[in-house]
Amino acid sequence: MAETDSRLETIRRKLGAKIIEILRPQGDDVLVLDRAGLTESFRILKETPDLDFDFLSDITAVDYWQRKEPRFEVVYQILSRARRVRLRIRVPVPESDPSIESLTPIWRGANFMEREVWDLFGIRFIEHPDLRRVLLYEEFRGHPLRKDYPVNLVQPRVPERQIEGTFVDERSHNKLVRLKKTLGSKH
Amino acid sequence: MKPEVKELPVETMELQMGPSHPATHGTIKFDLKLEGEKVLDCDVEVGYLHRGFDKSCEQSTWTQVIPYTDRLNYASPLINNVGYAMTVEKLIGAETPPRCQYIRVIISELSRIYDHLTCCGMASSELGAITPGFYMIEGRELITRIVEQLTGARLTVTYVRIGGVKHDLPDGFAENVSRTFQTIRKLLDDCDRLLSRNRIFIDRLSNVGVISQETALNYCLTGPILRATGIGYDVRRVFPYLVYDQLDFEVPVGTRGDNYDRFICRIREIEQSMKIVEQALAQLPVGPVWIDDPRFVLPEKEKVYNSIEGLMHHFKIIMEGIHVPAGETYFAVEGGNGELGFYIVSDGGGRPYRMRVRPPCFIAMGAFHEMIKGYMVADIVPTFGMVNMIGGECDR
Repeated sequence: MAETDSRLETIRRKLGAKIIEILRPQGDDVLVLDRAGLTESFRILKETPDLDFDFLSDITAVDYWQRKEPRFEVVYQILSRARRVRLRIRVPVPESDPSIESLTPIWRGANFMEREVWDLFGIRFIEHPDLRRVLLYEEFRGHPLRKDYPVNLVQPRVPERQIEGTFVDERSHNKLVRLKKTLGSKH
Repeated sequence: MKPEVKELPVETMELQMGPSHPATHGTIKFDLKLEGEKVLDCDVEVGYLHRGFDKSCEQSTWTQVIPYTDRLNYASPLINNVGYAMTVEKLIGAETPPRCQYIRVIISELSRIYDHLTCCGMASSELGAITPGFYMIEGRELITRIVEQLTGARLTVTYVRIGGVKHDLPDGFAENVSRTFQTIRKLLDDCDRLLSRNRIFIDRLSNVGVISQETALNYCLTGPILRATGIGYDVRRVFPYLVYDQLDFEVPVGTRGDNYDRFICRIREIEQSMKIVEQALAQLPVGPVWIDDPRFVLPEKEKVYNSIEGLMHHFKIIMEGIHVPAGETYFAVEGGNGELGFYIVSDGGGRPYRMRVRPPCFIAMGAFHEMIKGYMVADIVPTFGMVNMIGGECDR
């Protein structure tokens, strides 16, 4: 307990005004942080020797539509392997400007997780190197994990994409062998 | 006269591998950039099996989510069950009785053996080592029979419940397990002789798909891929849950972080898992397998059919779902492929408000280009095999 208190005290001292709230639900340590200068806050958490939160476990988001203001919350799970402690960081993001700094400069693994949050929640990550949809397709309309996305909504049909440079092998009986672009679909 | 050295012109070729490719057991597409046979870059496209796990869970009661978790990593459904149930129990603040905890350890480890046998068997048969592949699938089949005897299903088990397990272990379970382990040990010995020092196998795996410790941590990798680099991060050790801190087991680590180390790590983990199961079966305490709390546990059938209170109790739990107190929590177990975490937000109602799974192999696929860059096209097959991407978990 004393160790936890001293750790939270260090966090309070290092991050100062960026902390909105410190919570302790179910024995977890939760930090509610301001989204301004978020990458810097994570860098402090990672590089301060007393804290040593060197491993990013997960990034996700929650949509509190019509329940809470600001509407979104991006949730990070980080941990310190040496000290064997976890820390959860929640960052409120308003609906009017759903964007937040990317963590890819600190952990490159954040790339896929942030793409997923963009894909399913429509929260933009500033300075993300490659912010495309990851689980859904480019033509998908809307962001399905938002609470105002109806669960039974049917998406429109997508016209077939033209693949540039499709090579048809004239010698083959099967004129649809696409050698140049596709190794598969039947390989 | 010096012969004139001419560089052969090299054209960079773009090639799509997949989404349906026999060597990628899972629907996934690689957009490769090749120079000859060398992979310059690889863009992984996942999501072909996306079915909206999170959204479906938000529509279901807490108990109805359990069958959905079976279909995440279908090579280790029991671990998913355990992970989900324990996260909800953490929200409730309940602790399951010791017998239940031991049973959960046993089923988790059986699942891990199943998962690793699938991964290693498939990966070796994709490299042409069909015989050891079949040996491992035979071992897997024996585990499936134990699981069938225990849960009544081979794959979609739905055995764990919030606050307990569906029912106690069947008669003769321990003998059955020890008999099966004898066979599996024999099969693994055969596979060891066929593979571990096999020249062709080593040539295909060794020094392929290498990833350094720093890169692995930077890409948030967990499980056998991280342990193969020499970092002994195992959730069972670092954040012990259930009764893992009372059991004696090792966390095997590799040294180089290549495919061969990943393979050996997995094989040695199978041995450790068998050791854990044997210890847990020997120490298995007597007692109930459910928590004693009528708010979360269904009444006995005898009460349901013979008393109005029992019937109402049953009806309320089935129709409204159990009521989990409002709050949020994150809890992780060691899955077959690494840290399998659940982040759950409850608003106090009968359904989860938000349900998130941390899928270890989705995150591993995010680092795949780093593993394969600079290697040959043929190296994609063993590297992808040792990542053990399971579509159900990766795409959710």
